[in-house]
Amino acid sequence: MSRKKLTRRQFVAATAMSSAALITAPYVRGAYAAGKLSIGFWDHWVPNANDASTALVKEWADKEKVEVSIDYITSNNNKIQLTVAAEAQAKSGHDILQMPTWWPHAYSENLEPLNDVMEPLIKQNGAVNDTVKYLGQAGGKWLGVPATPGSQIKGPCSRIDLMKKLAGIDVQEMYPVGGPPKADNWTMETFLKAAEACQKGGSPFGIGLGETTDSVDTAGAIFQSFGAELVDAKGDITVKTDAVRQALEYYKKLIAFLPPDAPSWDDASNNKWLISGRGALILNPPSAWAVAKRDAPQVAEQCWTHGMPSGPKGRFAPFLPYFWGLWSFSKNKEAAKSLLTHLSQPSSIEKFVAASGGYDLPAYANMTTLKTWAEEGPPKGTLYHYPNPFNHQTLSIAASPAPPKIAQQIYFQATLTKMALRFAQGEKMETTLAWAEGECEGFMRS
Amino acid sequence: MVLRPTVRMHLRSRPIWPTAHSTSHMKAHVMADIVVEQGRAVRTASKRKRTSLRNAMGRKSTVAFFLTLPLILLIALLVLYPAVYSVHLATLNKSMQRFVGFGNFTFLFNRDTFWMVVKQSCIFAVTAVFFKALMGFIVAHFVHNIPAKGQRKWRGMLLVPWVIPPAMSTLAWLWLFDPSYSAFNYTLSFFGIGPINWLGDTSWARFSVILVNVWYGAPFFMIMYLAALKSVPDQLYEAAAIDGANWWQKIWFITLPMMRNIIAITTLFSLIVTFANFDIVRILTSGGPLDRTHLFATWAFKVGIEGSDIPLGASVSLFMVPILAIAAIFILRDVNKRGNEA
Repeated sequence: MSRKKLTRRQFVAATAMSSAALITAPYVRGAYAAGKLSIGFWDHWVPNANDASTALVKEWADKEKVEVSIDYITSNNNKIQLTVAAEAQAKSGHDILQMPTWWPHAYSENLEPLNDVMEPLIKQNGAVNDTVKYLGQAGGKWLGVPATPGSQIKGPCSRIDLMKKLAGIDVQEMYPVGGPPKADNWTMETFLKAAEACQKGGSPFGIGLGETTDSVDTAGAIFQSFGAELVDAKGDITVKTDAVRQALEYYKKLIAFLPPDAPSWDDASNNKWLISGRGALILNPPSAWAVAKRDAPQVAEQCWTHGMPSGPKGRFAPFLPYFWGLWSFSKNKEAAKSLLTHLSQPSSIEKFVAASGGYDLPAYANMTTLKTWAEEGPPKGTLYHYPNPFNHQTLSIAASPAPPKIAQQIYFQATLTKMALRFAQGEKMETTLAWAEGECEGFMRS
Repeated sequence: MVLRPTVRMHLRSRPIWPTAHSTSHMKAHVMADIVVEQGRAVRTASKRKRTSLRNAMGRKSTVAFFLTLPLILLIALLVLYPAVYSVHLATLNKSMQRFVGFGNFTFLFNRDTFWMVVKQSCIFAVTAVFFKALMGFIVAHFVHNIPAKGQRKWRGMLLVPWVIPPAMSTLAWLWLFDPSYSAFNYTLSFFGIGPINWLGDTSWARFSVILVNVWYGAPFFMIMYLAALKSVPDQLYEAAAIDGANWWQKIWFITLPMMRNIIAITTLFSLIVTFANFDIVRILTSGGPLDRTHLFATWAFKVGIEGSDIPLGASVSLFMVPILAIAAIFILRDVNKRGNEA
């Protein structure tokens, strides 16, 4: 048996060549040649909506020969937030992890910049709104890619019949299917009058005053429509301003017309309020309507999702985007970026929106007139104005424009609803403001 | 009597678990107690065997150590490591990149909300433990007086609240208290009372979380007190009856003194668990309205997880340690004192 001897030079040359080949050709087409990718997606409320994500990922994985694993993580009881915190701390876990609103900023140090993914996507799908930029960008660096699944606007969902009967407002005429809103008279004052009329008629507006996100989001939009900021964009405390005082005065009037137990409401309470047929309006994404469709069809067919009323400083709607973040400790960043681009293609976005029955909202300007929203029902077109197709309201998040790390504290400590409640329960205006100022000082920690 | 100190000393050097070695030692002590003059001789005899005995003991303790090793490792992993790690976390700044020493604690001391949480935790724990003990004491007496035949089924039924996972039973309570569809309010409406804003009004919300905690914890006291009651000799009550004592005097002069240690220890245990309560408040009120039902654990969660300020959350939860340590020292010192008196 002849045996050729390998010289040292040959060995070095062969090693160098094979290393170079390995480095320069990561996408070799073999079964799973491009490595593994592990993904943590938000577990969708809407039954079977996760299937769209699974199918899209699989489609990409088969094409790119990447072995993928997906975990669907619920946001119930903050499970997804706990996972984000744990993985950031352990510096290991999923490659891509979906995170809600404030989390990209909270863990910005551990996230891979995604400008090379976002810039082409914006060119292709249209601009993203300011809230997405505010929550998803830090110092010009994109911390995450706005995820369509889970992103939502918490605007009004009104009862067509009750609003017409008790408040004399035709919400369908104000927000017609296929046309721009005729909502010039839909102001905070009209809203207050309608709240009073509906309360007197026995179907009060279902707006919570608790510490969970729905209550805080409403408070945020109302404060913003008066131009009230507790902390401004520079990080200065601006609690003791006329705008904040006006917002509190307004809230006090509104609270008088809300259910007396609103201070203990959580995110499920307003849904129950609408579905049980007790209220004329709630501020929520169409999940309550979707449940009503199943459990109380006679209520669902009277629901109309539309825009927020405008205040002295504009019309603001609470918007809560989700992001797909890529950990800086991920071992397969290139594959992850390729997947994120795939998930943000118009065709993928359309699938997400359809699978969620119109609940999910893309962040891009060109993607707000998909046919799902025009066709969903009953009543047909109830979701047409949900994605803000005519840009007639500013999508914002409570506590903005404070620097996100401070705003996150204001948001989760529910400082806005607490202020409103304190003042409405008889505390002096200046005492409430002093309390809020003290709270905000505490939120300045870095 | 002269030899007593020596005996004590020997007893102390005994291993905790009974071994062949220790029994032989005990025999030696007995001998020494009886035959005073031979004490010296006995000790020299045992000296000769000591080397081999020590080896045997060494081997046994090694085996014992290895047998307990899994538990020690488990405790180290699940208790010791998280405890040390949370101390470490509490010394970092918000972004966990810088050491700030006691900075987080000094920050907390300047926050009104923090002091409110301290106050509320104390009110919650003390009130809940007091009522749990009171209810447990009363119910234990009732159960004790049920004839032995039917007692088991009552004991079983009364333990149910304590056996159901609290997260589940609290959900049931949440429905009972539900702001809009409260079963309690519905019932009360028949008597012309209400509607009561169970979880939306600050005072009622505090009442409700304490009520659920008492409901959940009282059976534990009941079963402990029942065991204690059963161990009180009947002769004491008979003697008291002969002396003409009424029921109150029997409780005050016999039952309570005989149960003192059990009461102290159950109180301490319950105080620790109640202080650290999370699930009941989290499910019922999430700390609201206006933070008036927050406890250390729920506020720590709010600050640490929801507010992404893990070091501050760790500091809040660590603040329970000194409070509970002081309570433990007082209660356990009392147990020792009474033990010696007896």
